Amino acid sequence: MSTLTTQDTFNSILESAPKNFTELRSKGKAQYLSQGLPALKDEEYKFTPIRKKIEQTISRFELAKSFEVNALDVKAAIFAGFEGSVLVFTNGKFIPELSSYDTTLTVNEITDQPDLPLGSIAKAEKDPFVGLNQAGFQDGIAISLPKKSKIEKPVLLLSFYKSNEGQVIQPRIWIEAGDFAEASFIDLSVSMDDSPYFVNKVVEIKGGVNSQLNYYRLQNEGKHVIEVSNTETDIREHSRFTSVNVSLSGDMVRNNLNLNLIGSNSEGNMYGLYLLNGKTHVDNHTNVDHTIPHAESNELYKGILADQSRGVFNGKIFVRQDAQKTNAFQQNNNILLSEDAIVNTKPQLEIWADDVKCSHGCTTGQLDEEALFYLRARGIDKTQAKGLLLYAFAGEVLEHIGDESFREYCIALVGDRLGSKF
Amino acid sequence: MSKDNQILEEFTSKEYEHGWSVNYEADEAPAGLNEDIIRWISVKKEEPQWLLEWRLKAFKTWQSMIEPEWANVHYPKINLQALKYYSAPKQSKKPKSLNELDPELLAIYERLGISLNEQKRLQGIAVDAVLDSVSVATTFKDTLSKLGIVFCSFSEAVKEHPELVKKYLGSVVPMTDNYYAALNSAVFSDGSFCYIPKGVRCPMELSTYFRINAANTGQFERTLIVAEDESYVSYLEGCTAPQRDENQLHAAVVEIYAGAHAEVKYSTVQNWFPGDKNGKGGIYNFVTKRGICAGDYSKISWTQVETGSAVTWKYPSCILKGDNSIGEFYSVAVTNNYQQADTGTKMIHIGKNTKSRIVSKGISAGKSQNSYRGQVQVMKRATNARNFSQCDSLLMGDRCGAHTFPYIDINNPTAKVEHEATTSKIGEDQIFYCNQRGIATEDAVALIVNGYAKEVLNQLPMEFAVEAQKLLALTLEGSVG
Repeated sequence: MSTLTTQDTFNSILESAPKNFTELRSKGKAQYLSQGLPALKDEEYKFTPIRKKIEQTISRFELAKSFEVNALDVKAAIFAGFEGSVLVFTNGKFIPELSSYDTTLTVNEITDQPDLPLGSIAKAEKDPFVGLNQAGFQDGIAISLPKKSKIEKPVLLLSFYKSNEGQVIQPRIWIEAGDFAEASFIDLSVSMDDSPYFVNKVVEIKGGVNSQLNYYRLQNEGKHVIEVSNTETDIREHSRFTSVNVSLSGDMVRNNLNLNLIGSNSEGNMYGLYLLNGKTHVDNHTNVDHTIPHAESNELYKGILADQSRGVFNGKIFVRQDAQKTNAFQQNNNILLSEDAIVNTKPQLEIWADDVKCSHGCTTGQLDEEALFYLRARGIDKTQAKGLLLYAFAGEVLEHIGDESFREYCIALVGDRLGSKF
Repeated sequence: MSKDNQILEEFTSKEYEHGWSVNYEADEAPAGLNEDIIRWISVKKEEPQWLLEWRLKAFKTWQSMIEPEWANVHYPKINLQALKYYSAPKQSKKPKSLNELDPELLAIYERLGISLNEQKRLQGIAVDAVLDSVSVATTFKDTLSKLGIVFCSFSEAVKEHPELVKKYLGSVVPMTDNYYAALNSAVFSDGSFCYIPKGVRCPMELSTYFRINAANTGQFERTLIVAEDESYVSYLEGCTAPQRDENQLHAAVVEIYAGAHAEVKYSTVQNWFPGDKNGKGGIYNFVTKRGICAGDYSKISWTQVETGSAVTWKYPSCILKGDNSIGEFYSVAVTNNYQQADTGTKMIHIGKNTKSRIVSKGISAGKSQNSYRGQVQVMKRATNARNFSQCDSLLMGDRCGAHTFPYIDINNPTAKVEHEATTSKIGEDQIFYCNQRGIATEDAVALIVNGYAKEVLNQLPMEFAVEAQKLLALTLEGSVG
């Protein structure tokens, strides 16, 4: 690990960090500096040259400032049919004036909450980008759900990004749900210009006992975006957490999703779709850590790769010695549409307990010729038949989005991309 | 659970069958690793200058390398300077036939159940027996040479067929490949060489039997198999070592070259001393095995039954360069007590219409750790490549681990790659089913394990299948039946 370049690259970010959370920030900084920006020889970043990408693309290593958006921008960004709470951010800064949300939610700017146990779930030693965010996050919010609260309609976290004096954006989100709380979050970002920027986002979710939380994310900002996201959650007894991640665009995107099953009879679900074209590079790393007996995890990630795009999937199921009676399932399917598309996948199982049922499956291939023939024999032209099959392939992931309007929105985007409407 | 524990207890008290050693007079190199030792080995083996230079070059490369640490195994580092790199049983002169061979050496192999005495064998298997650093005997040489097949010790091949050795040595596993391959290239002592000429189907199974006898030595053998176009050979490898308290290093290199339409089948039953039940002693088995399907329609098939060794680090691989070539990997890896195995395969698809198949069955018991690490890579021009991988793990006992690290890298849209893996223990319902039909629990478990490993055991040649089945039953006796 050479830390020299790292220091140079993000030095200004580290130096100009806000003067709050000093202890937390200095710990994050130390962790980041000890690890450095990952190089390709790093096992965890083997196929994603994020360091090179950042160093080549980003020229102004300054935190981008908050900027003005108006109600029209917000309205334009929200997809049809959406009903629910909206929390608006510009370059990571919460804009209360444009936000409207369910009164059961408590929403605070992170900087007003010096006692938040930030970094207690997403630990800086796990990934250098978490350390970098912890050292130099500028803004963010803390959302808390009271005990037994049930937020019927989804909460939209709407982020506007713009390269603005600086090109680095480090948002941070803390969600804390009380026991028996239920809520769904939709993480949606909008790019306000075409110049490149680097988003390094950390989301920590602390679930209560018997809680039911969903976190949906759509990555469709533009071809100039470099994004690293770290999402980590603790899942307690009798709880369920579901994540659906849909990546459609970007320059280089890396998502780290970590689920810690720390209470029995809990369930963690991870679903992902990466439908890529151009030179987009998307890397999904998921890690589910079974620490206790009687928990279940399900994972399904699917990729459709066109042009010169590259998809990386690394799914790790870790079953600790005490986690007997674990059920863990993982599946990754990929379809390559072009000669130049690449997929690198590593479905990894690390099992230390014996009374478990764990399985993973992984396939990479093309569309089934017979299915294609079946459709064509029934008068559907080749393009449309292909689109239909790909759409069905992608649909298996999208159907896990619980909110209807968001699901329809994603389906429409996927349908558009695949060149046919359904 | 208590029953299981009891069964496991019984099993762990099982002794290693081949743990004995024999005192014979040996010709040994002084301990240490440096250029002089390499020269010493080279002189001892009366090697030509080019080979010495090759060794020295490998040694230089090795010096610039660092020991790999990525594998999922943990062991105290080996002091390579404390090892002896050459140990040979002393013989007054080279034996011309088996009758002249030191009866003591013959006895060693008799005791291992490997008869070097050709007459006594009903079915022909040509054996090359390697004791510590040298090959002591090769049987059936005459029969084979009539067909133009060369099957002899590596040193002999260097003397008698230097052009072949020179052409193929290091062509599949270059000396720069990895730390242990480089070390082996520098200090390898002996091994087997096998050359099947064009169009010849080898009429019998060829076999090498490796035995480490001396203490404080490392065994670094090198096997080179060259199958010319349209030839066929089935090759067997077996190994044992005495029971000693210190860890011994075994760093071998196996290279296979298959020409167009050639087929090579390589089977291993690895039973090095695994260490005692407290994890003391045992062999470190750090092996590089690789084959290249150089010609079109060629096929290389690896089958391995891994029951021994304290630490295993082994990835028999296939480079599928020729169009329509096929690579296969079948493996059963059993670990018990404190054994650690990190094994798997690499299938590199380069040619068009190449196919590969991976079946890996891991069984972990006691406090052992068993990892499958594999890679399937489809290169850009490998149109219509096809791979199917299956790696299952069976866990026995709650203190063992099973891990899977498959890498799948696809760079061609026409590739069809499937991978599946499961981890589980023997189902209580399965045992109950057998119990219900009057089969005792131990037998039931044996039955289930046997069925579990069958897909791989079926790939072994007859003679080996029997040994492997016996070994599996013995290794798991008590623990499963």
